[in-house]
Amino acid sequence: MLSKLLTSALFAGSAAGLIAALLQLVFVQPVLLHAELYESGALVHFGAEPVSALQDLPGFEPVRDGLSIVFTMLIYSGYAMILVGLMALAQSRGAPINGRSGLLWGLAGFVAAHLAPGFTLAPEVPGVAAADVGARQIWWAATVAAAAAAMWLIGFGRGLPAWLAAAVLLLAPHLIGAPEPDVFTGPVPTEIGALFAARALGVGMAAWALLGVFSGYFWARESADDAGLGQQA
Amino acid sequence: MTVATAVRSETSSAREGLAAIFMVAAIGIGIVALTGHVQASALHDAAHDVRHATGFPCH
Repeated sequence: MLSKLLTSALFAGSAAGLIAALLQLVFVQPVLLHAELYESGALVHFGAEPVSALQDLPGFEPVRDGLSIVFTMLIYSGYAMILVGLMALAQSRGAPINGRSGLLWGLAGFVAAHLAPGFTLAPEVPGVAAADVGARQIWWAATVAAAAAAMWLIGFGRGLPAWLAAAVLLLAPHLIGAPEPDVFTGPVPTEIGALFAARALGVGMAAWALLGVFSGYFWARESADDAGLGQQA
Repeated sequence: MTVATAVRSETSSAREGLAAIFMVAAIGIGIVALTGHVQASALHDAAHDVRHATGFPCH
């Protein structure tokens, strides 16, 4: 069963990760490169001279962007392993798993892994002021775990207590608050930061929707093989 | 196959299934942690753009 889980997850994760990487290169990377011009000091916001909002940005860089594609595929394969594992668990308890139901799983995954932490720790453009990275990572991991548990409770919990627990898990990290910087020192124009966060969340949603559909589709195929063998034997 | 052995083999295959699910999820968490969160500078530099674009705390 482990090899079937891994196979489904690797297919789904590589496919969704590749598409996510291409979407990021087209829609997110130019905003990131634009921000880096301000991070490095090549451009100065509110300096002596007004700065054009249109800048010549580098195009495709084989090593840098190639690494980005590989790492995006890796990250979404990691997410797919968690997602397919949870799908198999739900399936063993009677939930239907296929490409269509996978869409809901993907959207729930997006809420858990991307939207929930981003609601307070917005996707950061390079150069932004931020608190200690270790503290933010702890908050990020705890928020993702709480939101994932909430998504499971909403999907499979029964009755008011489960939904109330889900609401508490979703709200608590944001009421407690994330580690914030003492002062704002970011040199990047707010317009670029806002566009970056919006683009990162939009691409993340598309990537997770695809990840859910692919994971449901491949796991349904793999586990159907299993059932078929069982019937033959 | 008696009812007792059928039940026993069902519970043991369910336990194997749970172990496999636990394993695959643990590997997945390990991959996301390694690619998205470990601060070793080679990993950080290689994954820099992706960490930002995926909304991870980066630096």
